[in-house]
Amino acid sequence: MKFDTPAGRNPIDQLKVIGKPTDRIEGPYKVTGTAPYAYDWHDPTLTPLYGFVVGSGVAKGRIAGMDLTTAKAAPGVVTIVTAETAGPLGLGQFNTAPLLGGPEVAHYHQAVALVVAESFEQARAAAALVRVDYDEAKGAFDLAASRGSAKAAKIQTNPAETAIGNFEAAFGKAAVRLEETYTTPNEAHAMMEPHASIASWEGDALTVWTSNQMIDRSVSDIVKTLKMPKEKVRLISPFIGGGFGGKLWIRSDVILAALGARQAGRPVKVALTRPLMFNNTVHRSGTIQRIRIGADTDGTIIAIGHESWSGNQVGGRPEGAVAQTRLLYAGSNRMTAERVAALDLPESNAMRAPGEAPGLMALEMAVDEMADRLGMDPVQFRIKNDTQVDPEKPERPFSQRQLVAALRDGAERFGWSKRVATPGQVRDGRWRVGLGVAAAFRNNQVMKSGARVRLGADGMVTVETDMTDIGTGTYTIIGQTAAEMMGVTLDKVVVRLGDSSFPISSGSGGQWGANSSTSGVYAACAKLREAVTQKLGFNSDDAVFEDSQVRSGNRSLPLAEAGELVAEDAIEFEGLANKYQQSTFGAHFVEVGVDAATAEIRVRRMLAVCAGGRILNPKSARSQVIGAMTMGVGAALMEELVVDKTRGFFVNHDLAGYEVPVHADIPHQEVIFLDEVDPISSPMKAKGVGELGICGCAAAVANAIYNATGIRVRDYPITLDKLLERMPDAA
Amino acid sequence: MTQFGELDFNRREVVAGASACTALTILPLTARAEAATVGSPPVLSPVAFTVNGERRELQLDTRTTLLDAVREHLHLTGAKKGCDHGQCGACTMIVGGRRINSCLTLAVMHQDDDITTIEGLGKPGALHPMQAAFVKHDGYQCGFCTPGQICSSVAVLAEIEAGIPSHVTVDLTAKTELTTIEIRERMSGNICRCGAYSNIVDAMTEVAGRQG
Repeated sequence: MKFDTPAGRNPIDQLKVIGKPTDRIEGPYKVTGTAPYAYDWHDPTLTPLYGFVVGSGVAKGRIAGMDLTTAKAAPGVVTIVTAETAGPLGLGQFNTAPLLGGPEVAHYHQAVALVVAESFEQARAAAALVRVDYDEAKGAFDLAASRGSAKAAKIQTNPAETAIGNFEAAFGKAAVRLEETYTTPNEAHAMMEPHASIASWEGDALTVWTSNQMIDRSVSDIVKTLKMPKEKVRLISPFIGGGFGGKLWIRSDVILAALGARQAGRPVKVALTRPLMFNNTVHRSGTIQRIRIGADTDGTIIAIGHESWSGNQVGGRPEGAVAQTRLLYAGSNRMTAERVAALDLPESNAMRAPGEAPGLMALEMAVDEMADRLGMDPVQFRIKNDTQVDPEKPERPFSQRQLVAALRDGAERFGWSKRVATPGQVRDGRWRVGLGVAAAFRNNQVMKSGARVRLGADGMVTVETDMTDIGTGTYTIIGQTAAEMMGVTLDKVVVRLGDSSFPISSGSGGQWGANSSTSGVYAACAKLREAVTQKLGFNSDDAVFEDSQVRSGNRSLPLAEAGELVAEDAIEFEGLANKYQQSTFGAHFVEVGVDAATAEIRVRRMLAVCAGGRILNPKSARSQVIGAMTMGVGAALMEELVVDKTRGFFVNHDLAGYEVPVHADIPHQEVIFLDEVDPISSPMKAKGVGELGICGCAAAVANAIYNATGIRVRDYPITLDKLLERMPDAA
Repeated sequence: MTQFGELDFNRREVVAGASACTALTILPLTARAEAATVGSPPVLSPVAFTVNGERRELQLDTRTTLLDAVREHLHLTGAKKGCDHGQCGACTMIVGGRRINSCLTLAVMHQDDDITTIEGLGKPGALHPMQAAFVKHDGYQCGFCTPGQICSSVAVLAEIEAGIPSHVTVDLTAKTELTTIEIRERMSGNICRCGAYSNIVDAMTEVAGRQG
């Protein structure tokens, strides 16, 4: 089904099942421990061996020699995979550094061997006996030091540099100006489920149970890496224990399990250990961001400029932190520039809202500072500079843009009018209290997505698609879509996901999953409705599907009477993205307390108001947003991969060192979805919210800290040591 | 007394290993490590405990954690290995009525213990009240930390009921109050990267209210 004109009225608009806060249909499996994640898969007919990964002890250089003698002789060891035994491997399209190193080493903890043994304990013990000698080379590990050598780099559809009007001239003559530099640290996805795979060969055919967000893309990269035909690879990933972008591609567990299984002649299971994950896999690059804003005294922005520097392995992408600045605020003179420095740290890549998350950490703090310099309320300053069209191409309107409504609604609900604009004025016992606001913005990307829908003779509807549920609620919203389309209750729908033998979907990433994948299911169901009406002899134009019946005029027949029918289709988006700018918007409001004596920071209240198109399931959508807000608190207050700039690795590579928010850090969170249906986006008229929730959140926390203390920290995360020396008198 | 017998046996092994090392002091460190490992088969030990009401007898490598014993040997894969270091709580089980990180304890230390895993609390179609509350309040997203969160939740309510104080308990002599602050503090060993905390507190509060 082509989607090239705005959606008219369709069966989804009935909202009998769609739009309801339904409990997750896979929930009972998750809460009883019976949902099978990658490493949980167990087939009594196969006895897998255990693989344990050996990571490089240097960040850059060559392996001078490997002594495997003692490891091979260790009890239970079956085989050891190294670059030598693996032979030449290809490089996946979505990998920058090779997944198996040797003789060249591209980064610290890059896999250099897999020890395969009868038990986990034996594999682990033997892995410690692998002796590797390196010729260590000097590397570049410090973004600030490499900033000067960074190269202009485009990312996706964003050019490396943009220029509208005359930024320099307008900024130079602006009545009120801001020019500041902000930094965000390297961050880790730190999803709870470590990357894990079980690989099994039958002849030349490979099956991998793994944890992956993008099934077809990842099959293609297995094919490229192992140089085998695509039809010989099957990937199965029905449950994913968190991804946040970190599982958009294959990682070393997949390839090493496959190589190990081939070498051993038996299935092999591999899970990356937690301390290996942070340097072995990918992370969000740190950024240095320079922001310049010039405005008239009435608060009208006349110039806005945003430059960003990030780091990556040679050939890797930039973080993309300037992208939102092209679209978020009006202003006739604008510029952005995106640069990437070649670093020998582990590969950086997409993490939840790549670009916008760190970009808004800087931009929305800068906007708060600018409002302060103008003596304007930060909510009003944002409202004043709203735009309903693409500021670079005014002929191109936003399909929907409710930023102003989100700000106003949030301000009202949060009690923003009680905020004292002068910082450091409000006390609650030992706490200095402050309020902060920030805009949320994330583009609405749409991706081709396919599905197969089967009607059973029993009236059950089964949906199959290689789409994934990474905690987003996909099982449920796909079930709701099929139920709405076929006129059945949700318990009459079976949803099967995450298997490469199913039709190719959009996969989960970039906040496009819910809208794109359900649109694919919509397309397949439209085809199945056609087949049903034909079979039952109804006119398809006026046939109504409801209560497991099909009705046309006075005739009505049970849906099941159509018998076994299968339909497959995909949604393909064409054209509308050029005519309209499609984005999601929101506003974050945060109240913090900062201990007057110790500068300990506590988040006391949080509210997000979101406009993200039709909300398919308010319960799971709300969870997406509170989860993103939680990650936003992490970004604001604690998350930072600390770089050893001499040896070139992330030092705090476990969950004790890399701090993420825990229960005690997070208050009750409130989320409001503004009414919105967006017929430009898809037949579902939905967009996405999974990344919108993190966008701007950290800046709202930072701005609240400023309001509480009068201290502006432009160097995330904002930890108490950065406040302590400048804190106002505790008295 | 059997346990003491086993301990004695293990200590002799350790002493034997130590003297082997002493004899090899001229070799580099890695060679000494290999001398202690290479050629010697893993030390196996019998252990028997009760898991979810069922008596289980296993012959295990003494290095096997309780988590790996239950997951890899009994194929009860509800408890998850999120870190294997006691940093995330995904492996939480209830042993003798108290929650523990099952990755931080060796299986052979649990002779005759009574162990409850997530599978022992309820099943699809017959959920434990806490499991049902997690579904109702969407107290999860990806679901990976969920078995640990639920085992902790059940144990936390019991801890508060038993008057066991926490870091945030103000009055150690009064009956421990069931507040959201107490819940958040006690649950902070169970990380949820999806960020379902706010909903988990709602689920626990509802169950606690029902119990009270």
